[in-house]
Amino acid sequence: MKLPNALEKFADREHVFDFVNTGTQGPKVDISHNVILYLEDISVSFDGFKALNDLTMYIGAGELRCIIGPNGAGKTTMMDVITGKTRPDTGTAWFGQSINLLQKSEPEIAEAGIGRKFQKPTVFQMHSVFENLELAMAGNKSVWTTLFARMTPMQLERINEVMEIIGLQEHQHALAGSLSHGQKQWLEIGMLLMQNPTLLLVDEPVAGMTPQETERTAELLVSLAGKHSVVVVEHDMDFVRSIARTVTVLHEGSVLAEGPIDVVQNDPRVIEVYLGE
Amino acid sequence: MFASLASILRNDRATSVFLLLLTVVTVLASLANLLFPEGSALHVSTYTLGLLGKYMTYALLAVAVDLIWGYCGILSLGHTAFFALGGYAMGMYLMRQIGNRGVYGDPVLPDFMVFLNWDTLPWYWHGFDMFWFAALMVLVAPAILAFVFGWLAFRSRVTGVYFSIITQALTYALLLAFFRNEMGFGGNNGLTDFKDLLGFDLQANTTRVALFISSAVALAAGVIACRFIISSRFGRVIQAIRDSESRTRFIGYRVDNYKLWLFVFSAMLAGIAGALYVPQVGIINPGEFAPINSIEAVVWVAVGGRGTLYGAVIGAFLVNYAKTYFTIALPEIWLYALGGLFVISTLFLPQGVVGLMNKVMQRKQEARV
Repeated sequence: MKLPNALEKFADREHVFDFVNTGTQGPKVDISHNVILYLEDISVSFDGFKALNDLTMYIGAGELRCIIGPNGAGKTTMMDVITGKTRPDTGTAWFGQSINLLQKSEPEIAEAGIGRKFQKPTVFQMHSVFENLELAMAGNKSVWTTLFARMTPMQLERINEVMEIIGLQEHQHALAGSLSHGQKQWLEIGMLLMQNPTLLLVDEPVAGMTPQETERTAELLVSLAGKHSVVVVEHDMDFVRSIARTVTVLHEGSVLAEGPIDVVQNDPRVIEVYLGE
Repeated sequence: MFASLASILRNDRATSVFLLLLTVVTVLASLANLLFPEGSALHVSTYTLGLLGKYMTYALLAVAVDLIWGYCGILSLGHTAFFALGGYAMGMYLMRQIGNRGVYGDPVLPDFMVFLNWDTLPWYWHGFDMFWFAALMVLVAPAILAFVFGWLAFRSRVTGVYFSIITQALTYALLLAFFRNEMGFGGNNGLTDFKDLLGFDLQANTTRVALFISSAVALAAGVIACRFIISSRFGRVIQAIRDSESRTRFIGYRVDNYKLWLFVFSAMLAGIAGALYVPQVGIINPGEFAPINSIEAVVWVAVGGRGTLYGAVIGAFLVNYAKTYFTIALPEIWLYALGGLFVISTLFLPQGVVGLMNKVMQRKQEARV
């Protein structure tokens, strides 16, 4: 069963072999076409339920994209596919021109430059703010290196820089578990920044935040776009309006509408999905 | 190594106190045994010294369990398998040391092989007449088993209770295998009747003291090595794995590798403990593989308080002292006492004895303020 499959793959004329691409392999993602993420015809089903249904979407380099959609539209599943947690039944997912996400493991994808912030803040509760950022820091993460690792001045500077961005400098020795909900969300964004990713996936960043916290988060995300590509999944429409340039609406596992926020908001199909039957 | 030792002594008060205490007890007990004559009030008997030495090897096993359970959340219920493998490696060396002084007087074959009518030494017994080779095997045999087993388990992401269950199966399978005579490890009776170690008579008082001191040194070195690992960035990664494995994976750490190497290191510590245990008790048999022993080792750690290392040592000493006491005073109820201890410690002492001590200290401090 295995062999014919492999042969078929080998004979496939479209198949790009890794050794052809050696020049473009490595941590640097190739964005020569100004597109950072290609998702094409992706379908995922769980026990017959189609979480994603021929989803096709492109994210531009340096873009800040918001993804909205009712519950069960497949937003989180899409994130899972991109980060390697879920393997799609069909379809292709490419990171830049040369990195096939479907052939990479979770750590490899993280190393290639995709960082993810989860819906619930999942910081390491028993580690301090400083240690959380240290753990997330980009760099060699093999067993031997970490066993004998010493903090370099440059790394220390980077951690301080990020702590300043997320405003947690006074709490650097506090256990992450003792932070408020909003602070945890920021710490999580800070951890994302420490990874220095090219593409940030941010899942519901302002859930449970106060208006002031929400505002600061919006500023933070807008300031990140350009240098990084940012994909934000969010329910809060005010928040989306305050940051978004392009919005994608997901519905039943595929793209329902895509475009500037004003156009999308007045799309009758979108209104129907959101306001119900 | 020395730099890290210095930094431990500077920054980690609890471990420094523990190391100091261990040194004092070891030196005093050894001196009291050697300097004062028997019958003197200050004399520590060789029997007591042997008992303490045995506890120390148990404590090292507990430290090995605590390293993976307390810091990485891997609950191995088969850790005495590695302890016993280390013990068997040492036992094989001690058997070869007997030479022609065995009951049957065969210059090469151990007694049980002569008894089984074997005429040649099995291939895996070669080399064990050399101490360096046996010492290497004490580390290598548990490491290989842990590597193969851990590689399969962690790569398939077997975690939690499923991992615990298959470690029980592992140690039970080894128990059954070592019971078989044709395995060539002495079957039911195991390896015993040892005569000497590195040319020193095992019955001699000085040898016993040397073994006791070696156990203490091994325990101290084990604790220091574990401290070094835990206070490195590697240590913070394994604790992150304990708290949220999938998150650690998303940050880009190869969780399986981290768990695997920690598991292998822990198995080697257990192997060393086993190797020091065998010459002090004078026998190694398949009973050491019994699943209940591994569970007991976990109980020591739970009673002492996991995630502190010295807590594991305290637990190992407390429970084993209780065991020694109860098995003599009340042999029938010992097992119930063990079970009760585990229930009580999980219900009322979730942080073990160490947690209790910390609480009392805190109260005192608050009262003073």
